[in-house]
Amino acid sequence: MNFLLWGVLPYVVVAVLVGGTMWRYRYDKFGWTTRSSQLYESRLLRIGSPLFHFGILMVLFGHIGGLVIPKSWTEALGISEGLYHFNALFFGTLAGIATLGGLALLIYRRRTTGPVFMATTTNDKAMYAVLVSAIVLGLWTTLVAVGAGHEAHDYRETVSPWFRSLVTLQPDVDAMAAAPIQFHIHVLVAFLLFSMWPFTRLVHAFTAPLHYLFRPYIVYRSRDAALGAGARAPKRGWEPIGTRDNARRRK
Amino acid sequence: MRVMAQMGMVMNLDKCIGCQTCSVTCKQAWTNRAGTEYVWFNNVETRPGQGYPRRYEDQEQWKGGWELTQRGRLQLKAGGRLKKLFGIFASPVQPELSDYYEPWTYDYSTLIEAPLGDDFPVARPKSLITGEDTKITWSANWDDNLAGTSQMGHLDPIVEKVRRESEEKIKFEFEQTFMFYLPRICEHCLNPSCMASCPSGAIYKREEDGIVLVDQDRCRGWRQCITGCPYKKIYFNHKSGKAEKCTFCYPRIEVGLPTVCAETCVGRLRYLGLFLYDADAVTEAASTPDPKDLYQAQMDVILDPSDPAVVNAAREQGIAEDWIEAAQRSPVHALAKKYRVALPLHPEYRTMPMVWYVPPLSPIVDLLREQGHDAEAPENLFGAIDSLRIPVEYLAELFTAGDTTIISEVLSKLAAMRSYMRDVSLGREGDASIPEAVGMSEEEMYEMYRLMAIAKYDERYVIPKAHAEDAHNLEEMGCSLDFDEGPGMGGSGPFGEASGGPVPVAVETFRALKNRQEGDTAASDEQLHGRVNLLNWDGNGTPSGMFPKRGADE
Ligand code: HEM
Ligand code: SF4
Ligand code: SF4
Repeated sequence: MNFLLWGVLPYVVVAVLVGGTMWRYRYDKFGWTTRSSQLYESRLLRIGSPLFHFGILMVLFGHIGGLVIPKSWTEALGISEGLYHFNALFFGTLAGIATLGGLALLIYRRRTTGPVFMATTTNDKAMYAVLVSAIVLGLWTTLVAVGAGHEAHDYRETVSPWFRSLVTLQPDVDAMAAAPIQFHIHVLVAFLLFSMWPFTRLVHAFTAPLHYLFRPYIVYRSRDAALGAGARAPKRGWEPIGTRDNARRRK
Repeated sequence: MRVMAQMGMVMNLDKCIGCQTCSVTCKQAWTNRAGTEYVWFNNVETRPGQGYPRRYEDQEQWKGGWELTQRGRLQLKAGGRLKKLFGIFASPVQPELSDYYEPWTYDYSTLIEAPLGDDFPVARPKSLITGEDTKITWSANWDDNLAGTSQMGHLDPIVEKVRRESEEKIKFEFEQTFMFYLPRICEHCLNPSCMASCPSGAIYKREEDGIVLVDQDRCRGWRQCITGCPYKKIYFNHKSGKAEKCTFCYPRIEVGLPTVCAETCVGRLRYLGLFLYDADAVTEAASTPDPKDLYQAQMDVILDPSDPAVVNAAREQGIAEDWIEAAQRSPVHALAKKYRVALPLHPEYRTMPMVWYVPPLSPIVDLLREQGHDAEAPENLFGAIDSLRIPVEYLAELFTAGDTTIISEVLSKLAAMRSYMRDVSLGREGDASIPEAVGMSEEEMYEMYRLMAIAKYDERYVIPKAHAEDAHNLEEMGCSLDFDEGPGMGGSGPFGEASGGPVPVAVETFRALKNRQEGDTAASDEQLHGRVNLLNWDGNGTPSGMFPKRGADE
């Protein structure tokens, strides 16, 4: 059981995430958007959305820091166990609360603003349910740790080594199995979130437009000359009878 | 010098009757889909008036266009790149639906389905956004013909500015007021700030003809372009979550057909043709320090297509002979650069707009006539242009960043043409001193008159075809699109309404349309494949299928 959960499932999730994203990018570029609802409502969004996004990005960096950087490295830098934990818990809680607060505001807005609610799909609702659970459970692990004070479970000795071992394709199943239950649940819900990711609006995060900082302001592009003037590319499934080679020969 | 070709438009405002035909045909062709109910790629606003969306010209509020930094560099008014990225999670300034209007329809079915009773059934307005009953309080053209101006006239940002600066009151009393219509489409700018605002780089300018388009597959709905465009001519499709804008009817332009708005314009006031310009000089011209010099800077970027040096450079850049020749015959170049009567809208936004306007003389003529003067006599007209400051200042705020001398010059040319041509058409000797007074020869004046008053279709629209000869055979290939499932009918994909393939832009091939349009006989049913679409209507007869067959019921 442990082997399936912590040794096999992670790879299945990665496969779905990567494969799904590629598939979506290939077949549904048109659907790849934030589906912004600012046109309907702006006042609450202007508070909720930045709060949530800056929070979740902090959470993201926190996870990278905690999971990827081995304990020995930070210790080599002279950062003591206590200081590290204080920082992690302090910023973790802060980010978690900002995220959750922002998300609460966004969901409240979604439910109460007529047009925004109408534009909410089932897909969105499912995504929100899983996203909220993942964040709440994450915050729970943090708060349990805060409550336990010095006796707190050190996930950098269980979850983090396991996470890194996944990368080397030699999953350290036992390390993860040793972590307390709240971590197990959080990770499982996160798995669910990641496998849903490519199929929800969350894909927008993958195309975060950092290249904006480097591209020229004015973009020139040539008309797609392969098409006839005034015509458009045949869509998949609508190719005329005959084969592409025939069409080419006719030219 | 990097010569590039740009499709441009000129509108002669004196002739616009505000009939909205252009708006309606454009909407039929491009934005009659769910998510674009409130979208008007072409809108016609009454000026003075607030425009659409409300007060879009107030850039202190909307932060559209460019500004110069302290060091004189061009920067988006909404901020530099980093600032824009930090604001991406919720745009700091973005118009909401209430700044446009809540689109609606009427509950017509109650008219026929209401049970018998004492009261007349009424069709109640229903919001197209929520589906609920709604109260109509605003629209794209609410202040049409100065409606409500006595109460809301001061809300026009230009009125505000003119008042502030001249300390004179623009009066909205009936006898003294002036009015004209301003049809607006996307300006297909040389230095577009929408494009510069787009984090994804999805908006691009076509190298061949300068048309500015949004790549629907690359747009990610960051909606920064909407803030970026000072003319508010990018709209957010709230169903697909993508930005949409006027396409300059590029599928039509590519085969030499005019845009739908130009084709259907009742006043025949739109001109289409090419500009040749120096792409390397654009940024510098747009950075001209004094906004009042921007008009001239923009004129300097535009090259003379008859100049052999320009022609050579154009050839080196690979611009085809027929395009160069079309640029030489271009009516828009003639009006903007040769006669200098067409002006860009709001050059102070520094986007180098490529839709130009001949400012209207009619407000002045009308005021003169109402006061009982001969509105054709040159002295009266010239005198009025000098003394009727308010209309001139108003026009200057629209077209020359407030420089009234340029407006006066243009209006004087129009006035001179009016006076001079009156003599000619009455069979009297033309008075050479009139054109001379505005620095033109009699021949030039007559040529300008011809172009502005009686030019035929192929002189108003000089549109070279796109070069795609070798790909020509591929045409008609993608046309088996099931028509019922055409634009706007596509349902929602598994990931919400936005997902699935994009709505196709060209539903049929426009080359066939062009052939039909130029043919001598009306297009047959067979040629039309049984479709009805005003886009397909070739202007001959009644489009078949539009109306039910007579007697079909019997
Ligand atoms: C760093 C890259 C990201 C950028 C630039 C970004 C940007 C945006 C934008 C522009 C919106 C549309 C807001 C609107 O106008 O309605 C949005 C919505 C949203 N984003 Fe992100 N996002 C990013 C990352 C993420 C991540 C990592 C998550 C979740 C884990 C996320 C979750 C959401 C959700 C749930 C919404 C919907 C909010 C609502 O309207 O209820 N985003 N994002
Ligand atoms: S007018 Fe058109 S090209 Fe110019 S900034 Fe606006 S949308 Fe872009
Ligand atoms: S169709 Fe022509 S005359 Fe009528 S509103 Fe449009 S631009 Fe003006």
